[in-house]
Amino acid sequence: MGVEQKLGNMGVVTTTLEGMVNWSRTSAMWPMLFGLACCAIEMMSAQAANYDMSRFGMELMRPSPRQSDLMIVAGRVSRKMGPVLRRLYDQMPEPKWVIAMGDCASCGGVFNNYAIFQGVDELVPVDVYVAGCPPRPEALIHGVITLYEKVKAEKFKDLAGKYG
Amino acid sequence: MTQIEEVSIEDIRHLVSERAINGETMLLNMGPQHPSTHGVLRLLLELDGEIVVNCIPDIGFLHTGVEKNMEAKTYQKAEVMSDRLDYMNPIGNNLAFVMAVEKLVDLDVPPRAQAIRVILAELTRLNSHLVWIGTSSLDLAAQSMFLYSFREREQILDIFELVSGQRMMTTYLRPGGLWRDVPVEFEAAVRAFLKIFPKRIDEYESLLTKNPLFQDRMYGIGKLTREDALSYGITGPILRASGVEWDLRKKRPYSGYEQYDFIVPTRTEGDNYARYLVRVQEMRESVKIIQQALDKLPMGPVRSDNRKFVPPPRSEIGVSMEALIHHFKLWTEGFPAPVGSVYNAVESPRGELGVFLEGDGGPKPYRIHWRTPSFENLGVLPVLAKGFLVADLVAIIGSLDIVLGDIDR
Amino acid sequence: MDNKLEKIVKTLQADFGAAVEEFRGEAHVTVPAGRIVATLELCRDQLGFELLDSLTAVDYWPKELPRFHVIYLLTSVSQNLSVAVHVPVNGDQPEVPTVSGVYASANWREREVWDMFGIRFAGHPDPRRILMPTDWEGHPLRKDYPLGYEEPQFTFNFDEIDLRKPSPKE
Repeated sequence: MGVEQKLGNMGVVTTTLEGMVNWSRTSAMWPMLFGLACCAIEMMSAQAANYDMSRFGMELMRPSPRQSDLMIVAGRVSRKMGPVLRRLYDQMPEPKWVIAMGDCASCGGVFNNYAIFQGVDELVPVDVYVAGCPPRPEALIHGVITLYEKVKAEKFKDLAGKYG
Repeated sequence: MTQIEEVSIEDIRHLVSERAINGETMLLNMGPQHPSTHGVLRLLLELDGEIVVNCIPDIGFLHTGVEKNMEAKTYQKAEVMSDRLDYMNPIGNNLAFVMAVEKLVDLDVPPRAQAIRVILAELTRLNSHLVWIGTSSLDLAAQSMFLYSFREREQILDIFELVSGQRMMTTYLRPGGLWRDVPVEFEAAVRAFLKIFPKRIDEYESLLTKNPLFQDRMYGIGKLTREDALSYGITGPILRASGVEWDLRKKRPYSGYEQYDFIVPTRTEGDNYARYLVRVQEMRESVKIIQQALDKLPMGPVRSDNRKFVPPPRSEIGVSMEALIHHFKLWTEGFPAPVGSVYNAVESPRGELGVFLEGDGGPKPYRIHWRTPSFENLGVLPVLAKGFLVADLVAIIGSLDIVLGDIDR
Repeated sequence: MDNKLEKIVKTLQADFGAAVEEFRGEAHVTVPAGRIVATLELCRDQLGFELLDSLTAVDYWPKELPRFHVIYLLTSVSQNLSVAVHVPVNGDQPEVPTVSGVYASANWREREVWDMFGIRFAGHPDPRRILMPTDWEGHPLRKDYPLGYEEPQFTFNFDEIDLRKPSPKE
């Protein structure tokens, strides 16, 4: 406290290392373009001018998994697409998060049959599930903010074994 | 879980030229996850430098098993799945399905419901063409078109939300008419949209049509001849851009389209530029149709009163015994359809969207087959792309306007 | 039925011994499997049916003879007519000659029918699966193929289904 009282008006801020790392991770999280079906259109709407997602740090969507931190699985995942999804997830560098957007990615949605994976959490570990068929752009943004809150609450000691 | 399809050269030996086998040309995978393939489409390209020698599409990455799943549901419940096939045209899919069911069981539709169906179907056509113009221009690096077209699209989605509560997958059309009548603000909202939209189309044209960069990339690329188009089963704007005037709204009018006055834009060149011009002109014609339908909108009921197929309103259930019995039967069992098969086709923004429906006397469809236009439209891609650069291939895929949900069902 | 369609249907009946049915104003013509290529060539060249709308099949299991009906939907753009041609196929070793030489769109449609129903098309240039993965076993749209749905988890069976659910290996 004393340091801030003396140096605060010189533009100096003190924080913890965890806080700073988590803040920087949430400020510019770039999603990977993984739109599969109808939810992809709502994801594109969320990226467009009306419900701008670049306000939340997602300025662009990178098609390459090597340059992205977040995979928004938007749409239904079929049996043929499953191994492709897993390979792309493996190609993303740590730290990485997954948002399951829409009902089909969360639980199989309307389609309960031989051809669709009943939820993308059969393939990759999911951090946030966004419900809706398709979810409104505002719902997706709410999902993104929930993810940010989760990231801001991450502690280094929990992550130590994860990347080990 | 199966491994990823490693397509070896042996599997596709009969499709690629000799030069691929001895390594003279390169085999490249334009994978299912790609920003320019408009969905999960995999293309195996045989390239001689930058020139495409052969292009082999690999589909099935979005196969949903809708045809089999609909066999397990009653006609009312199966409609929910129909929205999600061609996800750019949800009301059009509903229309195709609902009209097939009405044809099978011989159910009437009141004129007010038909007029509102036309208005919503044309708004969906505008919605689809706006996404087409936005995303295909994005592929050609005209990024501002994407933002403009999605701005207009938000207004159309607001109208859908006003009418049914859902922005995209509305399931608003039901066998016998509509789910419920449109609210009073509907007419004002549609008129407000129609007032601003023609000027916006002029804005898009001023950005693209006479632009020399756009013309360089679209003129003369991907020429499709009339004979090839008919042999490959192409329908829709692609067929009309190759010189065949075939539009189901004019040739086999349904849902009251014969009352409205509009032209069917046709061109003869068959290249990307012609397809672009046909779709832009179709947007203008859709505005005319919506205007006429709104001016002529009749009053009256919005759903047939044949209680064997249409549930009675809640107010009637409290006072009438038959209404209660019909409601009970429709909700527990569904309505039975006769034995026989029908085929009903509507004009979707991509072409002829048809439903082949076979009933067996029970409440569930025995066999439903969706004749989706993008399946045939993609089949002609190997013919169009031969001899052009990879960058032209991207422009051709954009101008074919395929939706993978349509193809893989 | 339209007058023009009546005449066309009568031609098909006379030339190929086809059976004709009418339902809701549409004509359904049944032709034996061996004559289908000749029938479609006649339709395309002389009767003016330029467009093959779709090629699909229906499975009538447990009826074995015939088990499948392969259906060809034809449209004439110049005369604005449509007709549906049915080909009955038996259940064991179902096979039909390919029409991909007559209409180019039949190529992919026949691959789809092979994938979904298991009906072979003799002489097809590219007999591979199109929608399912290459190593998939079974033909999904057959009536004896299960839907494969996931059981709903209620409170009484929540845990036992949870144990069987697939989950990712990190």
